[in-house]
Amino acid sequence: METASKEHQLIVSVSPHVKSEETTSRIMWSVTASLLPAAVMGAYFFGPRAVITLALCIITAALSEYAYQRALNRKVSVSDGSAILTGLLLGMNLPASVPFYIPIIGSFVAVVITKQLFGGLGYNVFNPALIGRAFLLISFPKLMTIWTKPEAAFLKMDAVTTATPLGILKEEGVAKLMEVFGDKINLYTQLFVGHRAGSIGETSAIALLVGAAFLLYRGYISWHIPVSFLGTSAVIAWIFGGKGALFAGDPIVHLISGGMLLGAFFMATDYVTCPSVKKGQLLFGAGCGFLTMLIRLKGGYPEGVMFAILIMNCFAPLIDRGFRTKVFGARKEARK
Amino acid sequence: MALATFKGGIHPPDKKELSKAKAISPAKPPKRVVIPLAQHIGAPCTLSVSIGQEVKMGEIIGTPEGFVSAPVHASVSGKVIAIGDFPLPTGRMAPSVVIENDGKEEWTSLKDSPGYMKLSPDELKGKVKDAGIVGMGGAAFPAHVKLSPPKEKPVDVVVLNGAECEPYLTADYRLMLERPSDVVEGLRVLMKIVNVSKGVIGIESNKPDAIEAMQRAVAGDSSLKVCALEVKYPQGAEKMLIKAAVNRDVPARGLPMDVGVVVQNIGTALAVYEAARYGKPLIERVVTVTGEGIREPRNLLVKIGSLVSDLIGECGGFSSEAAKVISGGPMMGFALYSLDVPVTKGTSGILVLPEEGVVHAEDFGPCIRCGRCIDICPMGLMPSMLSVLSERGMYEEAKGYNLFDCFECGSCTYVCPSKRPIVQLVRLAKSMTKP
Ligand code: SF4
Ligand code: SF4
Repeated sequence: METASKEHQLIVSVSPHVKSEETTSRIMWSVTASLLPAAVMGAYFFGPRAVITLALCIITAALSEYAYQRALNRKVSVSDGSAILTGLLLGMNLPASVPFYIPIIGSFVAVVITKQLFGGLGYNVFNPALIGRAFLLISFPKLMTIWTKPEAAFLKMDAVTTATPLGILKEEGVAKLMEVFGDKINLYTQLFVGHRAGSIGETSAIALLVGAAFLLYRGYISWHIPVSFLGTSAVIAWIFGGKGALFAGDPIVHLISGGMLLGAFFMATDYVTCPSVKKGQLLFGAGCGFLTMLIRLKGGYPEGVMFAILIMNCFAPLIDRGFRTKVFGARKEARK
Repeated sequence: MALATFKGGIHPPDKKELSKAKAISPAKPPKRVVIPLAQHIGAPCTLSVSIGQEVKMGEIIGTPEGFVSAPVHASVSGKVIAIGDFPLPTGRMAPSVVIENDGKEEWTSLKDSPGYMKLSPDELKGKVKDAGIVGMGGAAFPAHVKLSPPKEKPVDVVVLNGAECEPYLTADYRLMLERPSDVVEGLRVLMKIVNVSKGVIGIESNKPDAIEAMQRAVAGDSSLKVCALEVKYPQGAEKMLIKAAVNRDVPARGLPMDVGVVVQNIGTALAVYEAARYGKPLIERVVTVTGEGIREPRNLLVKIGSLVSDLIGECGGFSSEAAKVISGGPMMGFALYSLDVPVTKGTSGILVLPEEGVVHAEDFGPCIRCGRCIDICPMGLMPSMLSVLSERGMYEEAKGYNLFDCFECGSCTYVCPSKRPIVQLVRLAKSMTKP
């Protein structure tokens, strides 16, 4: 594409001749960085096992991408950060108590099967980290649903098991949830800080919101998917989430428990697997919210974020087609 | 007040500080000029001189063929020493006339007729046509053609394009500062030709002094208005300018005259004034010679046909390892293969970028579907789809995504984090299929 004329050694290429400084790897590394506060909180609450699980996910993701690309003689793209981001996201979606082969299997499925076999970055239909997690949940249903009590004790290896707030809400109702956490204020506070059972990186609402604010501020994600995702969920939780009566649910509990915030800000917004037209993103987010609440309130699992996003991933190309942008000047007829 | 603008667009660093303070100065008289007979969109001219012939400044050396064409004049006085094919800045070859400058600067005929506004619209249009005036912003479309809207498309406003939205370029900016009343006179002539009583001058708000100068020049004339525009690329593209300045949407694949507008560039308006008043043909223009790779950036008044290498020499030469020389602006200009190409009527700038400024285009990645290009495409297209379809050879499908509405402004390629050569892929697709 570039040639240099002999006499002046000029570079010749097609316009434009200037480009922005934004690069794919800068975006991937920034998203990775934005997840760190929540990951650190996870490590704090769930101890060394959590750190080891995260590390295994990241290392496996990077190594399997490297090995796959080397084996096929392709350009190795580990440095673009996307595999590492996938590994970190998967790890944050696992309980801290899983045996160490679980993160290794999950990461391999995420990076090699979900991403590389579909053609690599940009071509995968499904969010790789979520497919990794779905695979693990279906293959190891028991191991994937043992939750440990957050202890904030770094060196304790034998953690006490417990249920997640959503699990309690589903099985025993809101009264039991209150009993466990004391009162409403304490419930909200604990959920907000992240002092609760759950996946490693999903529990601390405040840490996730800090990361999300950074992404929004830098323009790496836009508000469309998180707002429509969380808004739809909140409305449904409020109307149908209560026992017995309509409009008696507690939307706040639903928003800050389970993987809702992690999903809405960091996974549903994955460029490759969400629609790229803004109006379509609103529909996509609303669909995620609707399906999440459907599963949470009516389905067999206490949590629905993962399946909701994966289902909506299938529709992303279709939504993009349906919300095709209008060409400038197509709306109005020529002035008479 | 919110500034007028359009939807989409980008904010590249404007880099105008390199040359904006430099007053326009005449370039050194060239030793010889190479004047192409095809400098405009439309039919090339027929040669009307022969080797050895003595010509004066302003003498016709190429006569137009057909309506969409413009005559070409000698830009220096002297002797025709060669006629043949020479490269244009675009790399294409074009029949050209080489004149050796005798340094006498003898004009054919140039006379001041201060009563030019009393001429009829058709007489004025004739002067514009005879002067060989074309759009000087880059596209080089013959001006008199734009000034001849068919009866069924009545025009009611002339918009002057003072946006100069391409980074680095400052030629129009300097003209607005240094010759505001002549530019406004040109606008009045244009308005008289198309018989309208409304003129709007659109200027980006990063040129407050130009806005002020033009405002002073139009003061007291209620038919003229200066409109401050938001600083955003491509604010100076015809459709975006019309949207911002008079809030009309030119239909897709349509022309400004479809919404009653004629757009001309600042430099063109000045040339129109000089043609109407003095009968002066378009033989010189202001060219911004700039970029981090040039020692002394300047705004030069250059004879058409001067060689780029001479201009670079006059501006102190390359400052560092200059890596790329561009004719025009950084967003839509052409990279030059050789410095021995002439300045044409459409050359708005010569831009020299050093090695660090050059993006190596072969390192591009896959589309990560980030949607940035879709958000900023001023034409409301989906550049990501165009690039992917073109890459896969699905050119017909690309047409379904309005391939031919892309005017190659380069905004999408500028923002793409994967550094995908979208414009290049769009051009490829366009060349492989028909609208
Ligand atoms: S080059 Fe074409 S597709 Fe890209 S932003 Fe400009 S008009 Fe849109
Ligand atoms: S900006 Fe580049 S990576 Fe993003 S959607 Fe457009 S083409 Fe794809």
